[in-house]
This record gives sequence, structure tokens and C-alpha cells, in this order.
Amino acid sequence: MIETLQALAEPNRFQIVELLRGGPRPVGDMVERLGLRQPQVSKHLRVLSEAGLVDVRVDAQRRIYGLRAAPLRELEQWIGRYRRVWEANFQRLDGVLEELKAKEKKRGRIKRKSAD
Amino acid sequence: MDASSERAPIKKNSGTLKVTTPSDREVAMTRVFDAPRRLVFKAWTTPELMKRWLYGPEEWKLAVCEFEMKVGGKVRFEWRDREGKGMGLSGVCREVVAPEKLVFTEVWDEDWTGGETLVTMVFTEDAGKTTVTQTVLYLSQAARDGALKTGMEHGAAMSYDRLAELLPSLA
Repeated sequence: MIETLQALAEPNRFQIVELLRGGPRPVGDMVERLGLRQPQVSKHLRVLSEAGLVDVRVDAQRRIYGLRAAPLRELEQWIGRYRRVWEANFQRLDGVLEELKAKEKKRGRIKRKSAD
Repeated sequence: MDASSERAPIKKNSGTLKVTTPSDREVAMTRVFDAPRRLVFKAWTTPELMKRWLYGPEEWKLAVCEFEMKVGGKVRFEWRDREGKGMGLSGVCREVVAPEKLVFTEVWDEDWTGGETLVTMVFTEDAGKTTVTQTVLYLSQAARDGALKTGMEHGAAMSYDRLAELLPSLA
């Protein structure tokens, strides 16, 4: 998973992954859209491929790259645990706030009674 | 185990946690609470109350909670698991405008955020509900993204939102 994060942490590679969200693309197409040189794009694709984030199929003369879901799913599950820490915290806080509201209401009633 | 079975049940009155990246050095979390601002601020700044809800990963309890609410005041949080293993952070209060705004610094004992971060919390009330926005400012973009790599909550949640966008296209 560290490999996935390291592969994604480079801005150009992040861009490539974003591009491939729309579906598989040939290398030439990515070179054009990213405004990078072909060797650079190929180098980034090699890193992404080694991290298991993309796979390649050869169609006639063209190499077509596509995203692989598995490492991203793994990452999502891992990150989801941290998000759930906050979601669980805030649900507990909802409970504490209900209690504070109820206490205040009760105090308000006693105050009104003693003022009568 | 099925991941969904670990999730806490969603309460009817609970708001949705929103995570955004206002700039390349910041991560912001926003959540609406069904209570007046006065009470939300109190629950967020009173150590005895904070200990009841501000847990760490894997339900680690907040064992030490010092929050000296004045400019220059000391901030110290320590979470511990059942075996007493823990993690902690220290900081200093920079600005206190009760019950509207809090600004404080944070640095983790095992510095995984690439130096000190500046946390700004803003509480706004509308029709009896309170919106809390917590913005964490990192020293650099590399520090923010580094926090993601090592699993610091804020950074991780941020990229989760980007990933959530990415995943449907892989189905």
C-alpha cells in the first residue's frame, strides 16, 4: 500500500490516474493531454504499472493503459478507517450535546418554577 | 470480516462529515450539530466533556486532555489503548473568541505531519444548529501530503474524498 501512495504522490502520475478514470487510453493520447514528453509519460506509466495501479494491453501498434481497481480499493478501505474515527467521534459528540441540551432545559424549568 | 459491519449505526440526527482542501496546504472538515453554538463550543473545549467523545483510532481513549483556553495557553492530548500504548500531541492556544473561534498549534510526539500544524476552528449558529469548521494548515504541501502517507487522520480523510470520486469509474 505504501507503494500505491508513493506512486500517487507524484503530481504527473496523479494526473495520469485522473485521466484514466474516464477509461483506458493509448500512450500517445496521454502525451497530448498532459503536455509531457513521451519518455516522461512512459516512465510514469512504468511506476504506476509496477505499483499495480495500471495495466496495459497491446492493440495493433498501440499500447493502451487502463486503471486497476484492487490497490485503490485497498487504499480506500484503509483511509475509510480514519474517516470513521471522526464520524464515530462526532456521533458520540451528538450524544453529549443531546445530554447538555436536556440538562439546560431542566435547569430552565426549575428556574422558571422558583421564579413563580 | 465484512467492512460494513464495523461501522457505527448512523443516528437520525447526525450530520454528514465534509472534507475539503481549501488550498494546497490546508485540509478542512465541516460538520453540522443539532445544538446551539454555546453548547457545541463547551463540548469542544471542556476536558471532561472532550474525554467522552474525542477518541483515537481503534477506540483509543483520550487519557490526558489539557486545554488552557487563553492566548499562550497549553494544549496537550494523549490517547491510550487498553494496554496503555499511546500517542500524543502538544500545542499552544493562539486565539480564543468564545464561542466563535479557536486557533491553536499542534505537533504530534512522533512528528508525522512534517512539523507544527495550525488548527483554526470556527463555530457558526443558524436556527439552533451549529456548523463547525476545522481547518488544518500544514507547513507545506509536501507536509500535508506526507501526513496522508503516514496515516494522519486529516490528510487521509482528504484523499478519501478524492478517491471516492475515483472509485465509481472502476466498477
